[in-house]
Amino acid sequence: MEKPNLSYINELSGDSDDFKQKIIAILKKELPEEIEVYQHQIQTNNYKLAADSVHKLKHKISILGLEKNYYIAQNFEDNLKQNSIDLKTDFELTLKSMQEFVNTL
Amino acid sequence: MNCIIIDDEQMARAIIVQMIVSQTELNIVQEFANAMQAIKYLNQNPVDLIFLDIHMPDFTGFDFIQTIKNPPKVILVTADKNFAIDAFEYDCVVDYLVKPITKERFQKAIQKASSTQITVSQTPQNKVDAETKLNEFYINIDRRLIKIDFNSVIIVEAKGDYIHIKTDAKNYIVHSTLKKVEDKLPKHIFLKVHRSYIININKIIDIEDNSVLIAKDVVPVSRLNKPELMKRLNLL
Repeated sequence: MEKPNLSYINELSGDSDDFKQKIIAILKKELPEEIEVYQHQIQTNNYKLAADSVHKLKHKISILGLEKNYYIAQNFEDNLKQNSIDLKTDFELTLKSMQEFVNTL
Repeated sequence: MNCIIIDDEQMARAIIVQMIVSQTELNIVQEFANAMQAIKYLNQNPVDLIFLDIHMPDFTGFDFIQTIKNPPKVILVTADKNFAIDAFEYDCVVDYLVKPITKERFQKAIQKASSTQITVSQTPQNKVDAETKLNEFYINIDRRLIKIDFNSVIIVEAKGDYIHIKTDAKNYIVHSTLKKVEDKLPKHIFLKVHRSYIININKIIDIEDNSVLIAKDVVPVSRLNKPELMKRLNLL
């Protein structure tokens, strides 16, 4: 399984440690909030809104360098729009690995 | 150039700000987490360029473009490649960036924005397509090809990945895009009045502000499409 990494953030930051710290701070704040919103939508079977949350989370998946998981998220988003939760387990494993990684930053 | 950024995601805004500051001489005058705040701002403060997220809650980037008068240059920013075709229907859209944005791609978009002039959209009124010589088109439903007479169609509405076609006799749901249907319909009868609606202008009952009563349905008319609709009416 792919592991989250900071390659994109490092590349973007260049010499600016301030920017890097700013992005990490936003990640630490936004990621758990977005995951919580997603989980609530799934638990209440609100799949259309859950698709919107997955869409939003896709950006963070790509920022953390998870290319294959990005496509899982893309397909899961499409599934949710069709009221299907196929790929839910794979997607949630991605979220778990991202959250664990972000907690170490 | 003065620019603003509209994106509901703080992370996305921060990345665009960093790219602008480190790579361009653009002047960021404001950031917005939602499109409605930006509309209010733009009414008082014109800008040269907007970085605009497409997928935002309640009000999408496309809704935004259709709402503002004389939109400036727009660079769309999205996590979704699927909107690219829709994006270039708007003259103000100079580029389309897919998240995560790379420095090189961002630089290219800025160059495009600097060199592009916004042109006024031209609708070839007198152009008669081959399709317009036909009187019908066919839709595929459950492997059956069903003939639909152009004149019977009232409204074509995009709903997600599907198209709802309302005719005098029956309604149909087809897996397609509004663009594909639009290309098949004769332009002298049909008009796209909103990004989700095409109407048969011969079936209009009345028009009020930004909506049209057509058969029993009220259809929204976007600011962008209203001038064309008004041009097509035989107004006294």
